[in-house]
Amino acid sequence: MLLHSKHLLGLDGIPQKDILTILDTAKSFREVLDRPIKRLPTLQGKTVVNLFYEPSTRTRISFELAEKRLSADIVSFSTAASSVKKGETLIDTVKNIEAMKIDMVVVRHSSPGAPHLLARVLNSHVINAGDGGHEHPTQALLDMFTIRQKLGSLQGKTVALVGDISHSRVAMSNIYGLTKVGARVLVCGPSTLIPREIEKLGIEVYYNIDEIIPQVDVLNILRLQLERQREALFPSLREYHNYFGITRERLESATKPILIMHPGPMNRGIEISSDVADSEHSVILEQVTNGVAIRMAVLYLLAGGRSETH
Amino acid sequence: MKLTKNVIISRRGYQPLSSPILLKGGIVIDPLLKLNEQKDVVIENGYISQLGQVDSKNFKGEVVDCRKKIISPGWLDMHVHLREPGYEGKETIATGSLAAANGGFTGVCCMPNTLPPIDTQEIIQYIKDRSKGSLVNVHPVAAITKKREGKELAEILELIEQGAVAVSDDGSPVMSAEIMRRALEYSKMVDVPVIGHEEDINMTTGGDMNEGFVSTCQGLNGMPPVAEEIMIARDIMLAEYTGGRFHVAHISTAKSVELVRQAKSKGIKVTCEVTPHHFTLTDEAVRTFDTNTKMNPPLRTESDRLALCEGLKDGTIDAIASDHAPHSFEEKEAEYIYAPFGVIGLETSMGLALTQLYHHKFLTLEQLIYKYAVRPYQILNLNCPEIKMGTMANLTIFSPEESWQVNPSKFLSKSSNTPFVKWKLKGKPFAVINNNQIFFSVL
Repeated sequence: MLLHSKHLLGLDGIPQKDILTILDTAKSFREVLDRPIKRLPTLQGKTVVNLFYEPSTRTRISFELAEKRLSADIVSFSTAASSVKKGETLIDTVKNIEAMKIDMVVVRHSSPGAPHLLARVLNSHVINAGDGGHEHPTQALLDMFTIRQKLGSLQGKTVALVGDISHSRVAMSNIYGLTKVGARVLVCGPSTLIPREIEKLGIEVYYNIDEIIPQVDVLNILRLQLERQREALFPSLREYHNYFGITRERLESATKPILIMHPGPMNRGIEISSDVADSEHSVILEQVTNGVAIRMAVLYLLAGGRSETH
Repeated sequence: MKLTKNVIISRRGYQPLSSPILLKGGIVIDPLLKLNEQKDVVIENGYISQLGQVDSKNFKGEVVDCRKKIISPGWLDMHVHLREPGYEGKETIATGSLAAANGGFTGVCCMPNTLPPIDTQEIIQYIKDRSKGSLVNVHPVAAITKKREGKELAEILELIEQGAVAVSDDGSPVMSAEIMRRALEYSKMVDVPVIGHEEDINMTTGGDMNEGFVSTCQGLNGMPPVAEEIMIARDIMLAEYTGGRFHVAHISTAKSVELVRQAKSKGIKVTCEVTPHHFTLTDEAVRTFDTNTKMNPPLRTESDRLALCEGLKDGTIDAIASDHAPHSFEEKEAEYIYAPFGVIGLETSMGLALTQLYHHKFLTLEQLIYKYAVRPYQILNLNCPEIKMGTMANLTIFSPEESWQVNPSKFLSKSSNTPFVKWKLKGKPFAVINNNQIFFSVL
């Protein structure tokens, strides 16, 4: 096996070596994406099922394209409702699908641990495409890939995750991944959106954006979940934007160029202003391109790898 | 008739004591009577007829070898969900009682969150009818409020007269301080405790586990410890103000224990119980996403767990109760956020208590028996079973040194939602005797 585990459930608990293997492998797939013919025979004859129990546009399309580029047979299944509400358990649903002879399952679900549950009952490889507020490992890997691509390395770089950290699967996977490869990680946001004791993960907590801007190489700006206002976690979008929104004006205190990242979808004018999102330092669309390469790498490595790719 | 320890027979039920039996060679511990010595016990027609040294050669009847075993007054688990009426797929009064006997209990209190809830005389009568003739005494706990909605007091006087031993809206808190005040005041007339499920649901709704470092790592919504503590603080103040009796169900945090400790030192009428899973496990167990680590109150941190053990040791925590909460396999085999709260506990309670508290030297055997076989009866104003001549034999017999492995296929509960599968425990139930019947544990 090329990775130590049969599944990719999260970046917590996977060795640094595996993270680097995925990033290195993705580099060659990234080159393939610039070729006129983007298809490789790597996963020919393999069947991948994309199970999306939560709405998703870019992650689902990114996985589907990655699978198609590797010549896998694919089936996608999206539903907003949980299987519980339909009267069938998640396990029964996936066991039925597995009985049709498949090789890999990509799962997005609103419950933390849903991919772990599937990994326990299935023989197929399971890839976590986001489980509630827990982890979104391929997103963090593509973020790390993009930073490495732009800044040369991850070690010693300072990366700030800004905004709604509480129950952000993107933030959690980034924290687990970045701290493993020696980056310095800061989180910054309103205190009500920063989960308790998060500093125990070896990161620093800030509440003032202007304090972190002079120190960072990368700002990874997270999507504000608008329903959080109803939960009384912050008073208004206006105040949020005024104190935590990333604007060109605010970036003037930077001492060096800062890489601007966002996992999408963006709330323009709230957590990020349009002039920042569209600026020359923004790599938001390149993140999306790199996402396909990362997912190709993960699929390839979990399937066991085969020599014809290289 | 030959008394046998046999899984098949045990599943069928309790064995009547049709001839005299001699419990030979056991140590009798009765904390109330200050008894802790080797004594043989003879039981005839359900009553203790001899206590002392009895020669088994000339004994006309059945002899049960009790060497290396402790003979204690019968244990009472004061917090059990029997699920009947309404949720018989999870448990019934019959299967829950068998599970109790298998776990070493001769009595249980059944909580009122059934369907319909235990808020009328008819349901109390139904439970009494359904448990008639059982070895295990079933004591209903009635609802505090009609339909357990927290809005209007249930007919508490009548419910108590009918046989309820306490009132509780367990499963839900009484969110209104006004209703809780009146419940404490009203129940004072019949001197029964108001058992509080202490949780400010404004702070916990949508939560799946303890709020802290582990919930942050797991991305699960947290239920902060302070949501329990502020309700306990409130209800202690209401108990002080009204003079009513307040009993904290399933206490789970260090600060909660401290609040009860202070209230007791001021003479306020407050008592509390703890579950074996709270004094054994911590929220670290949730890292596996095993839904059998999901219960309410949630598993807390190691410092909370140690405070619970200390609270048991210094007497702040009066009783050990399992909060036995059966759920079907398919309900628990779900995504973490969709799985219901609760684990079963009747059949692992004794093993966990002996392992965690006795063998880890937090409690002596006398103290441990006190938490199971004395305090629960006192809190509920029930007569404590005693081991003396002429009294009805209500006994729990166990082997404190015997090691065993938890195997849910030996459980007699209808459900098997336990986080302790394959755990190695030291201390095991052997048999229970009550109401002129005997049951040998098949664990």
